[in-house]
Amino acid sequence: MHQVFQLLGYFQDYQLTWSFFLDQLVAGLTLGSVYGLIAIGYSMVYGILKLLNFAHGEVFMIGSYIGYFVLTAFGGAADPDLPYALVIALMFAAAMLGAGTLGVVIERFAYRPLREKRASRIAPLISALGVSFCLQQLAVIFFGSAPKQYDSFAIDGGSLFTRVSIGPFEIQYMQIFVIVLTVILMLGLTIFVARTQVGRAMRATSFDLEAASMMGINVDRVIVVTFLIGSALAGAAGVMNGLIFQNVDPYVGFQVGLIAFAAAVIGGIGSIPGAMLGGLAIGLGRALSVGFVSSAYQDVIVFAILIGFLLLRPSGIFGVPAPSKV
Amino acid sequence: MSDVPPAEPQPEPSGPQIGVDEWVARSAERAETHGGLVGRARGVYERVPKPAVFLFVVALAALIPVLASQSDNDIYFVRVGTVALVFALLALGLNVAVGFAGLLDLGYIAYYGVGAYGYAMLSSDKFGLHWQAWQSIVVVVVVSALLGFALALPSRRLVGDYLAIVTLFFGQIFYVIVTQGYRVSFLGLNKDLGFDRANWDLTGGPNGIANVDRFTAFGFTASSERAYFYVTLTAVVVVFAGLSLVNRSRTGRAWRALRDDHLAAQAMSVPINWLKLMAVGVGAAVAALAGTINSALLQGAFPDDYNTQVLIIIYAMVILGGAGSLVGAVVGAVVVEVLMLEGLRPQTPISDWTFNGRWVVYGGILLVLVVAIRPWRRLAAILGGVVAFGVVVHAIVAATTTKGTDGLLNTAPETFEEGGWLGWLIRHWLALPADTYAQGTKVPFNIALAGLIALVLCLTLLRGWKRDVLLVPTIWLAGFVWETRLVLEASGPTRLLLLGALLIVLMTARPQGLFGKPRVEIV
Repeated sequence: MHQVFQLLGYFQDYQLTWSFFLDQLVAGLTLGSVYGLIAIGYSMVYGILKLLNFAHGEVFMIGSYIGYFVLTAFGGAADPDLPYALVIALMFAAAMLGAGTLGVVIERFAYRPLREKRASRIAPLISALGVSFCLQQLAVIFFGSAPKQYDSFAIDGGSLFTRVSIGPFEIQYMQIFVIVLTVILMLGLTIFVARTQVGRAMRATSFDLEAASMMGINVDRVIVVTFLIGSALAGAAGVMNGLIFQNVDPYVGFQVGLIAFAAAVIGGIGSIPGAMLGGLAIGLGRALSVGFVSSAYQDVIVFAILIGFLLLRPSGIFGVPAPSKV
Repeated sequence: MSDVPPAEPQPEPSGPQIGVDEWVARSAERAETHGGLVGRARGVYERVPKPAVFLFVVALAALIPVLASQSDNDIYFVRVGTVALVFALLALGLNVAVGFAGLLDLGYIAYYGVGAYGYAMLSSDKFGLHWQAWQSIVVVVVVSALLGFALALPSRRLVGDYLAIVTLFFGQIFYVIVTQGYRVSFLGLNKDLGFDRANWDLTGGPNGIANVDRFTAFGFTASSERAYFYVTLTAVVVVFAGLSLVNRSRTGRAWRALRDDHLAAQAMSVPINWLKLMAVGVGAAVAALAGTINSALLQGAFPDDYNTQVLIIIYAMVILGGAGSLVGAVVGAVVVEVLMLEGLRPQTPISDWTFNGRWVVYGGILLVLVVAIRPWRRLAAILGGVVAFGVVVHAIVAATTTKGTDGLLNTAPETFEEGGWLGWLIRHWLALPADTYAQGTKVPFNIALAGLIALVLCLTLLRGWKRDVLLVPTIWLAGFVWETRLVLEASGPTRLLLLGALLIVLMTARPQGLFGKPRVEIV
């Protein structure tokens, strides 16, 4: 919550001006991109396995840490050994790879055994809670509970946070970068799901897992790919979050994961464009509620909207109400 | 076996026995199938009336403060007992929603918090209200149950996962409200509305509410630790007895029907919506009761006692004991609190007994091996291998490095000789490098921890003799990592890490926990 303040710190004494509204809009769009990328992972996994992967927020957190360690390994933000662009690219690549691998490992060791045993619906949920808890505590043990500073203001003398005017908007380069990268990742994912053989298998599996496996689709492999992609996107979101808010701590995954999860539900869990849209909606809602309603209770507002959504339209914006078959 | 009377022959049931679980009806049959000592003990146990067993256990528990008064750490032991009982109460309540009705209630912690904060508001200096304990408890428990109803009411049509989501977010909302509730302003209009302050302080925010009254009722005040132990014990006994009666009633059977197949239950005209409300409401009431006790015990309500970590701890208790089993909930709560939360925390009287948790860790590993590995020859081979492996590694390290085996077992160097024969054994089995803790360098031991996790994951992939062989270095590495790294963090992350791991392992290896019934898959 105070992270948003860091971003918008100088708006404490806000005035209801048009430019302030536009600033909040941009900030919300940036936040929403991060939430949307995480929400996609929740959504894809739920679409195929009908499993709420509570550990996804922790994957995001680990991705953020990986980005931090890559940055530090190359000399830190103030004086990196390589060109800035290259370091940032490496951060994203490493975080996506590491987080993706972590997601696959989690699936292989925590969820697949339960699937093979045909455990009850509640068992994988509890296992997911356990994984989330374990990863969080492991991060405390490995990295310490104090936040690690990304120090991204120092990158290239702070030029990432320089503002440029595009039409009526004043946007930081960082925000442009995050939004554009998110759009690129989204386009890539959409094309992957729509055009490739594996993407088609994913859609089939998500439509009906049993039927898909009878049609000769290797369901296990599809699930692995799903976890890989979802977790890699969460890793990318982790680096973005680190760059925007400049720090990462072991508990960030739970907080941000919860919000992204709300985004996935609002967009219609199981739907990829829905997750993105839900992320944007929540990001905007949070940024605007910081500015205009109440900063202390913005999470309450987000969660209350979510609960209202669940009660009125449980399938979300894009979700299709699932008829229950007996 | 000769002096055990044969189990009574089961008359062939001519029709379905209404009101009797198949599981209950076949208990004698099951006892018979267990041969040897276990079967004999079970046969004797099954013949003792359950209320007698219950009273016996309660009497034993009631003796704990008396026994504790013999030790120097009287207050500590009684306090641990009280906390264990509070957790037992919480586990019993959660068991109603999760175990009986099969609803994943992730907002459960909020009801606990509502109980604690409710009592703290009604019986403290906070608002100058000093209600008698029984008044506050009744009000708070009713409010909490109604809150559970109110939350479950709109979500009654949500099945499974969605109920989990709504309740999870409800728990989060509660936490945010509690931590932010010290600057409540009605749209910044407090002064205009005639209130004297710009911001209201309702919950004390991160500092919580302090100076909460002790339990007072009818002129009596529960002021000693012992009094709280007996108050909590009474609450546990009443709730346990009540829930076991409910469990055997129509409602209990209907809950189980709802849990096992809600569609079939609905088709049999079981009122599933009402049952869901009841399960959440009853759980909420029990949690609120536990909250009031905790609040009076600590003489305060603090937000971090009611966060998600505590929720996971309660879940671990219920799952370990076995969801759906009342005995399991209590046993799980006591085991987790006493052995894991207190037994692993360094420098408590209990961890003095467990030698800073080493008895718990090594004993736990040994217990799992004994239960999981058959026949005993295989077990003996593995244990022998573990000892031999350690000794060989120790010898190699001692021969090749200068200080590779001079490691300590405690953070303070002067306690080198601590630990008696177990400490001696561990030092000569593990090659603990000198200055393990002093240098402050954690990297190699972090790598060892990562390696241990990788080895454990590999173990689950292997079968047969390969697994047995890999088990040997894994156990040794577990000991090494424990001594060099995990024991350092034992007051914080390590205990929680183990609880999380417990949840995962139980779900894959034994979803029914210690006392639960294995789920029967009907295809």
